[in-house]
This record gives sequence, C-alpha cells and structure tokens, in this order.
Amino acid sequence: MIHTVPMMVVLPLAGAFFIPMISRRVVWAPDAVGNAVMAVLAVLSFGLIGREGVYHVGGWPTPLGIDLRLDGLTVILLLAVNGIGLCASLFSVSYMELYTSKFRYYSLFLFMVAGMNGVIVTGDLFNLYVFMEIAAIASYALVAFGCEHEELEASFKYAVLGGVSSALILIGIAVVYMVTGSLNMVQVAGRIQTTGLTPPILLALCLFVAGFGLKAALVPFHAWLPDAHPSAPAPVSAMLSGVLIKAIGVYVMARLFFNVFGATPDILIVLRLLGVLSMVIGVLLAVGQWDMKRLFAYHSISQIGYVMLGLGLGTPWGLAGGLFHLLNHSVFKSLLFLNAGSVEYSTGRRNLKRLGGLARIMPLTGGTTLVASMSIGGVPPFNGFWSKLIIIFACIRAGFYGLAGWAVFVSVITLASFLKVLRYGFYETPAEKFRVERSTAPLMAVALLLLAIGCLAMSLFVVTGLESPVLVDRAVHALSAGVFGM
Amino acid sequence: MIYALCLVLVGIGLYGVVAKKNVLKIVIGLMIMEYGIHLLLILIGYRRNGAFAIMQPGQDPGAYASAAVDPLPQALVLTSIVISLGVLALLVALCLRLYEKYGTFDITEMRRLRG
Repeated sequence: MIHTVPMMVVLPLAGAFFIPMISRRVVWAPDAVGNAVMAVLAVLSFGLIGREGVYHVGGWPTPLGIDLRLDGLTVILLLAVNGIGLCASLFSVSYMELYTSKFRYYSLFLFMVAGMNGVIVTGDLFNLYVFMEIAAIASYALVAFGCEHEELEASFKYAVLGGVSSALILIGIAVVYMVTGSLNMVQVAGRIQTTGLTPPILLALCLFVAGFGLKAALVPFHAWLPDAHPSAPAPVSAMLSGVLIKAIGVYVMARLFFNVFGATPDILIVLRLLGVLSMVIGVLLAVGQWDMKRLFAYHSISQIGYVMLGLGLGTPWGLAGGLFHLLNHSVFKSLLFLNAGSVEYSTGRRNLKRLGGLARIMPLTGGTTLVASMSIGGVPPFNGFWSKLIIIFACIRAGFYGLAGWAVFVSVITLASFLKVLRYGFYETPAEKFRVERSTAPLMAVALLLLAIGCLAMSLFVVTGLESPVLVDRAVHALSAGVFGM
Repeated sequence: MIYALCLVLVGIGLYGVVAKKNVLKIVIGLMIMEYGIHLLLILIGYRRNGAFAIMQPGQDPGAYASAAVDPLPQALVLTSIVISLGVLALLVALCLRLYEKYGTFDITEMRRLRG
C-alpha cells in the first residue's frame, strides 16, 4: 500500500500536463480528466488510512535518496486535501463555465493539488520547498484567474508576499543544511537532538516561523489573505482557505517544530501567541465585513488561530483538538466558500447588503449554509463544536484559563458574525429586488451536499471519547512522539 | 566575508520589495533577494581550493571526500534558479496585465481592495 504514496504526486502532475494536450480536440476532456484524477486521489487517500511507512524514491536508501513518509498526520492531511479537492472539482464543472479556458483552470488546479500532496508526504526539506513552490505558483495564477482589476491586484500582493516567505524559508533550509549537513528530516532531527538548539538553528527556526507564518496567514503576517482568497473563483477559494493554508502552512510548522526541531516550551509559547493573536484579531476584523467571501476569509485567519492554539498547548488533548479542528475547518470553510460561489453563480452578487431571502429562493444553498455556519459557530450537533470544546478543555487542563476564555469569546463573536450572514443573506427580505439568473447546477448541489454531510458525519469522530477522536488519534501520536530519532 | 554580501543582497532585495512603489521594481527586489540566497547556498558547498565533485578513476574515496566541494548545494541552486524563473515569469506577466488594466505601474494607485 505504501506504493500508492508517490501516486498522490504523480497522478495530478500527469493530469495537469495531459489536460492541455488533449483539450483542443476533446471539449469535455478537462472536466472528465480533472474530476477522474481527483476521484482516484480521494479513493487512494481513503485507502491509506491506518497505514504507516517510508517510501524510498528510486529505491535509494535514506540519506542518499528522497524519502516519502506516511504516518498518521500525513494521512489526515491527505484526506483533507483530496476530499475537499474532489468536492471543489465537482463544483467547478458548472461554475467554471462563467470563465473562459477551462483547461487552464483544471491544469493549474491539479498542479496545486500535486504540490500540496507533495509537501504533505515528503520527508526531505528541500523537496518540501520545491513542492511548496509548485502549489504556491499555481495558486498565484489561480487567484488572478478572472483577470479583472481586483484579481490582478490581489494576486500581485499574494505573489510578492508569497515570494518573500519562500525566500525566508529557503534561507532557513540553507542554514539547517549548513549546520547539520543533511536535508532529510529524520537525520536533521537526530543531529539537532545531539547538538541542541544552537544559535544558527534558532535563526533557522525564526525564519521558518516567519516564512510559514506568512504562508499560513497567522496574524502579523495575514495581510494578503483577505484580498487573495475572495478574489479567486469560488472552488479555488475553497481550496485556498480550506486546505492550502493548512497544507503548506500549519502542517509544515507542526511537522518541523514537533518532529524535527523538538517542541521546547519556548517554541510552544510562540505558537500559542500566534494562535491567540490570529484568533482574536481575525474575528474582530471579520465582524464588519459585508462581502460574503471576504468575511469568510477573515474567519479563516481566526479559525487557523484555534488550530495553532491547540498545537501550541503541546498536550495530547491540545494536539487532538488542534488537528481535529484543522480537519473540521477544511470541511466547513470550503463548504462556506462553495455556498458563496453558488450564490454568486445564481445572482451574480455577493454583497450581503444587496442580497436577502435566499433561503426561499435557493433552499439547498440556504440549508448547506445554515449547516456550515452552525459548524463554524460551534453549535452542538456539528463538528466545529466538538473540536472547539476539546481545545477549550485542553486549555483548562493545561492551566491556561485566560486562553480558554479567549477561545470562548472568539467562538461567540464567530457565531454572531455568521448569524449576520444568515439574517441578511438568507432570511430577511431583500432591500432591493434582484433577479436569479440561473439555478444551482446538479453537480454543484452534489458537492455542497457531500460537504454538508461531512460536517455532520465528522462529529461522529468523537464517539470514542474526547481524548482520541477517530482518525486524529494516530496523528496525535505522530506529533506527540516528539522528534524523529535516527 | 562573502557571507556578508549575501546578507547585503537579501537586505537590498527586501528594501526594494518594501519601499518601492513601481511594481516592476518590487519584482526586481524580490529577484535580488533570491540571488542573495542562491549565493548563500553556493557558499555553503564551497571549499577553498576544492576539487570538482567528480571522483576520478582510481582515486582514494577518503582523499576525494576531503578535497572535493559539496555538490549537493549546486544541485539545490539549479533547482532554486528554475523555480525563481517561474515566479519571475508569472510576476512579470501579472505586471503587464496590471498595466493594461490600470495604465500605471505605480502600486499606490492600485487600491480597489480595502479593509
């Protein structure tokens, strides 16, 4: 089964090159190939549940070749990326009719997925950088896909800040190689364990915090996100907010700090601080927004803060809560963005002041938005409630009562902000008349329903007890086992 | 000593990205930053009077290892140059499109996004 791991990268790459080749002859090819690849990837990643191991690329042994590592943490990230990717690509079939040159879209989309899968499975620092850049460059292009004023401006801002963050990360990797003489994560971890955190390693750590913090849009580094995420086409926003900031931001931070550098109390303090800042500032900025997608984008910053807070506690409860929230957030946030896309598809607008009464006009989208809003607001039967509960309990058990208070406060504000979305967008009668141009296409409905079911089904993960939600359990072990030994 | 040059290059690049108003100059700043990093990577593998990193037939592996430069950073730099070329191409294309839309390269006049 370990032999399917390289397929997670090879398949989307092959698809991305294949689509432009045949799309001039066969008009429906981009849709078919894109969705087929994503479906296969989703099935493969489900098949990887519970597996662990190391795959040596080219059959070369560990220090010489590149390793692909599969463990609990890898598996849940792969599930999130490819599951959400499948829903987004289903949604794109009808939605991307609004834009031209669909084959370019699918090609870039698959590049982005290949990059993210690569980042997740790789066990080599420089290889990680390369895959990260593949995902990032594809996402810059996808943000600019509409080629209008706002899209281009947002994409330029995103690309420049992304370029700076990549540069910082590359310096960090260079410093790590200079000090340890290796790029393999396991070997680096082993050498750092023997030498301890020397000043050069600390420099690399700071560079990684800044670089990956920029990629993950944690608060001092968040400026690009509220522009870039709403400007992209809806399925791409769903991918960017749902999984990209986690795969190339939060995941890499967790992997490096827990498994490679070792989570010392100082590092944990930094993670908690970044988490709380993003949580509080993100939600406060979100409250005043009237553009639906922009509002959702600010909430992404805030929810990523929850994940970082959970990880920063460093206790098994905190890790479980953080990773569970990461999975949940990828489901409900991509659902929210797809809903916004569905509204925009039907009415051509997304400003809440100019919408209203959508729950009657578009019952399905209204229902799924209700589900997603309740999930992100932390209302009991839905998945968001459980992960927030675990994080708050974890704060209390670790003795951080203040942090628990902030988490509750942010949760309340989040709920209030989504009640605003529901009220102005979906239930109150509109202030001005607008026309519904198209109804939601069947495949879009399928994608929305799949994700809405996901929101409910994932709350079943806690049946085994709050301490070890199913699936997340192994990932927690992977992180809390500490640094990789040699 | 040359390490200081890397730092200077990265610093100049960062200054360009932060302080310049012309989008093309921002792109140039970003590229200068990348060059600084490439130089750093090359320096990591450099060894004064080092031999090239190909083992000659009949050469003693120990002698080779103690004389040759480290070939890995060279491979890294090649990869990294290709990546930064990709980023450069995309950024310049974005700049051209921005010029088509706004009729200027001045970033302070591109202010449709707020909040």
